[in-house]
Amino acid sequence: MPYDPRLVEPMRRDLTSAGVEELLTAADVDAFMRRPGTKLLVVNSVCGCAAGMARPGVKLALQGANRPKHAGTVFAGQDLEATAKARSYFGGVPPSSPSMALFKDADLVHFVPRHAIEGRDAQSLAFELVGAFDQHCAPAAR
Amino acid sequence: MPPVGTFHHDKGALHGITVVVRTADGGIWIGRCDTIDAAGVHLLDADRHEAAPGAPSGEAWLAQAAAYGVWPRHPHVLVPAAGVSNVERLGTLRK
Repeated sequence: MPYDPRLVEPMRRDLTSAGVEELLTAADVDAFMRRPGTKLLVVNSVCGCAAGMARPGVKLALQGANRPKHAGTVFAGQDLEATAKARSYFGGVPPSSPSMALFKDADLVHFVPRHAIEGRDAQSLAFELVGAFDQHCAPAAR
Repeated sequence: MPPVGTFHHDKGALHGITVVVRTADGGIWIGRCDTIDAAGVHLLDADRHEAAPGAPSGEAWLAQAAAYGVWPRHPHVLVPAAGVSNVERLGTLRK
């Protein structure tokens, strides 16, 4: 059952206020994934164990010099259809939330599952994301 | 790095954390730890390594799990305390 929208709203805003596009439907996800270039897709979550660090980590990483051309987010446990559609682009990767997927066009090039977020701080997570952005989103890599 | 744990202070330091549970008979379970008590390790959304001809070795299965996670094939599992030889965070195994 989806969470109370009032509970989720601040967690949505945490990312959307940083310019991450909210993808509410499967059609939104498909349209996002059809865009050419590099894309970060964040599976947001209520989970305090990991999402509390995931969102600040993403925001911090997106301030770097090299960033994906597009950044979008779905909310697990809330936007069920959009989340299922997003996960369909992750190939054989088991579902986890929060999680982050970096694509180069349609190819998944870096994935951060929930267990890689647990127990980390925002800076540490951002450091990993920035490394992936530098590798895949720098002008020479596009 | 902040201490591992969650806001559920009555649940223990590994509550909500994805862990690898190794058992004395060579078994490997991976799941989200709910609690650890006298009965054993209670895991949610867990999977276990199945040793079978043609199946990946335990270490290969662990490496794959460390990179991407596991499928939640078992919604709730109790790994009996008597058989548990080690519990560690899956995140520490990620390269």
